Amino acid sequence: MSPEQTHPPGNSDATLLSLRGAAKTFGPVVALADGTVELRAGEIHALVGENGAGKSTLVKVLAGLYHPDAGVFEIEGEPVAFRTVADSKAAGISVIYQEPTLFPDLTVAENIFIGRQPKGRAGLISRARMRTEARVLFERLGVPIDPDRIAEGLSIADQQIIEIAKAISLDAKVLVMDEPTAALSGVEVERLFAVARSLRDRGAGILFISHRFDEIFELTDRITVMRDGRYIATHDTAAVTTADIVREMVGRDIAALFPKVDAEIGDTVLRVDGLSSAGVFRDISFEVRSGEIVALAGLVGAGRTEVARAVFGIDGYDTGKVELLGRRLRQRDPQAAINAGIGFVPEDRRKQGLVMDLSVARNATLTLRHALARFGLISGSRERRAAAEWTKRLQVKTGSQEYAVSTLSGGNQQKVVLAKWLATAPKLLIVDEPTRGIDVGTKAEVHRLISDLAGRGIAILMISSELPEVLGMADRVLVMHEGRITARLDRADATPEAVMHAATASMEPVE
Amino acid sequence: MTDTATPTPTPTPARSSRRRGVAALLHLRELPVAVALIALVLITYAANPLFLSPQGTKDLLLNATIMIILAVGQALVIITRNVDLSVGSILGLVAFGTGSLFANVPGIPIIAVFAIGLVFGAVLGAVNGLLVTVARVPALVITLGTLYIYRGLNNAWAGGTQYFADDRPEAFGALSVDTILGFPLITLLAVVVVIVVAIVMAGTRAGRDLYAIGSDPDAANLFGIPVGRRVFIAFAVNGVLAGLAGVLYASRFNSVGATTGTGLELDVVAAAVVGGVAIFGGSGSVAGAAIGAVLLTTITSALTALRVDKFWQQAIVGVLILAAIIIDRVASIRTARRLRISEARDV
Repeated sequence: MSPEQTHPPGNSDATLLSLRGAAKTFGPVVALADGTVELRAGEIHALVGENGAGKSTLVKVLAGLYHPDAGVFEIEGEPVAFRTVADSKAAGISVIYQEPTLFPDLTVAENIFIGRQPKGRAGLISRARMRTEARVLFERLGVPIDPDRIAEGLSIADQQIIEIAKAISLDAKVLVMDEPTAALSGVEVERLFAVARSLRDRGAGILFISHRFDEIFELTDRITVMRDGRYIATHDTAAVTTADIVREMVGRDIAALFPKVDAEIGDTVLRVDGLSSAGVFRDISFEVRSGEIVALAGLVGAGRTEVARAVFGIDGYDTGKVELLGRRLRQRDPQAAINAGIGFVPEDRRKQGLVMDLSVARNATLTLRHALARFGLISGSRERRAAAEWTKRLQVKTGSQEYAVSTLSGGNQQKVVLAKWLATAPKLLIVDEPTRGIDVGTKAEVHRLISDLAGRGIAILMISSELPEVLGMADRVLVMHEGRITARLDRADATPEAVMHAATASMEPVE
Repeated sequence: MTDTATPTPTPTPARSSRRRGVAALLHLRELPVAVALIALVLITYAANPLFLSPQGTKDLLLNATIMIILAVGQALVIITRNVDLSVGSILGLVAFGTGSLFANVPGIPIIAVFAIGLVFGAVLGAVNGLLVTVARVPALVITLGTLYIYRGLNNAWAGGTQYFADDRPEAFGALSVDTILGFPLITLLAVVVVIVVAIVMAGTRAGRDLYAIGSDPDAANLFGIPVGRRVFIAFAVNGVLAGLAGVLYASRFNSVGATTGTGLELDVVAAAVVGGVAIFGGSGSVAGAAIGAVLLTTITSALTALRVDKFWQQAIVGVLILAAIIIDRVASIRTARRLRISEARDV
């Protein structure tokens, strides 16, 4: 604990919005333990933290989407408790989400004014006035968007601009921007910053969430750091360096949590060469050897999952090739990938990894249904036997194999997904966010399992947004940023700072 | 939708707005169905001029009237990304209720019967709306349930009873016989319904909210639109319109009983979809749904006039539905490709 790690002073005169000690839990998962931020009128305030630090939960509290279980929330010194999004809007808070939330079938002008369209004769909506007002907004923002076109098909940048136009037309006192620049090009970012500065100069308070440190240092007046759902510190931007902030974002004891057993590293199993897909990722080359765990690190949206999906044959790619044990894999053919010996544990196990309403036994043997079948019919007893073996080896905790998978805890569900693939004796296992939404105790068990698999000579490609997991588990770390690999680090060189810098592609060197 | 309020100092904006008007016309979702209807009527007329005789026209319009009103209500619900399969049963209950009122309450004013029918329909629609918004079960399942429940109530209430046109006052039956300038009264009523609902959908915030909800329900929530309340109202209004259709059914047809309106729901959904109302919500218009209703009912008469085997009628309706969906898919695939290309430039 360094001296500046105290809560910001409470009753400053210019305080526009103050949230202190906000907590939010979902069942056993603590999304926000101490959400604290203080926003002054006429400042741009950065909110930073790793993926899963609780930033998005905090934003949803401000937006009135989540009702905090505890904490003090004040706007201009008055306590508030938002019950709906409309309450938050009425209090002058406008939120621009990471994913633009436009209505694809409505026109651009209508998207800006929905729910408060200007009225003309006979109390009916006046499209002409709506169009004119939208034009005025776009002129002020300096963008040529046709207010009459429908929103479907607009580029992400244009959608973002429309969200901003919406916020401006609402005359928001507080503007929250959740990673607004993630999909913007340089010119568009400059334009956005100019707008943000002019709003600040008119006395609005802007909460700016970003992973790009160069932008944060260029734009913001103060920085609040969060970690593991907790408030860590608030600084004047001018008084700190990138290195200080990164240290606070990642600061935690890593080695103790995630054991990686040393495994003998053998021959190359997977070779990816020059893989590119327009607009998704570019020039991706790497190898994974048997017994090795290679982590794909980076921020959400960097293109890691897309690379994994292309390797497994779910999505196609434009150029490059994928080889398993020296044999080239066809594009868009997951069945060939499975036959060649790849297993894929997807990010969203509830939607993609498991059939939630089927029994544990059925799920664990889904990949085996051809092997288990005789004359095209699956034998129930052979299915149960195969399932029993794997659920025992992976220590799946369930009352009965016949229970629906949906009744298991997250960690045990993940073990069933692993069992499903292990039963096929894969050469390469791709695991995408293997411990997302899993409680800490079971997390370690999943890690031990993965490490154990590597010890048996399986090559493992692990996508993870959790830095400690990456650093604790991986033999090598590939860091991706906006569709490219920006760093290749051996275990010894993979420090939190090095990974975070490559992931945010920050220009400022560490230390 | 003209540019009247925008000042046009130079001729250029005026011309560009006219060009935009033409482009907008070509992009209208109602255009294909309107063209299909006109073509159908012209071809049939060329083959058999009796098709558009005063009596022939009147029959066409009378046949379409009830379907128009039901399709307008259904369009409201489908635009919010829901569906109401119980409309046939609501129509049946209200139609039988209308017959029962006239038979058992002699001298009851016609206007009172209309009022009671609309309120009855509103209650049945509100039950649907309440179940959909509170239980958060897909409307498809909820209204499939109420389809059978309402039909069951109708069976229990009517038993073997039927009410015939003789039980009803002459003035009531005259509604679907008398005409103004060749248009039957109840058809004019349906046209008024279409115009009023179309204005509400295009010109009020609540109406636009329905489009927003169907376009992206999650975004509507994020934006603070009262999604539950709006969807509830859409179902209730659909109930009112189904109730109105029920009362008019009793005026138009000779007998009402336990099975009145059975199977209508699929015709109604088909009319809306053929009329350009996207089945996943967010786009389409009540005017399109009304034209779709006219097209589907006209096909029957046209095929009879052309002496085509009745069997083909249903197959042709099926082809129209598929055509409407394919046109929709092609359009959305094209915009998706545009989007992908324009994003690829940024990386």
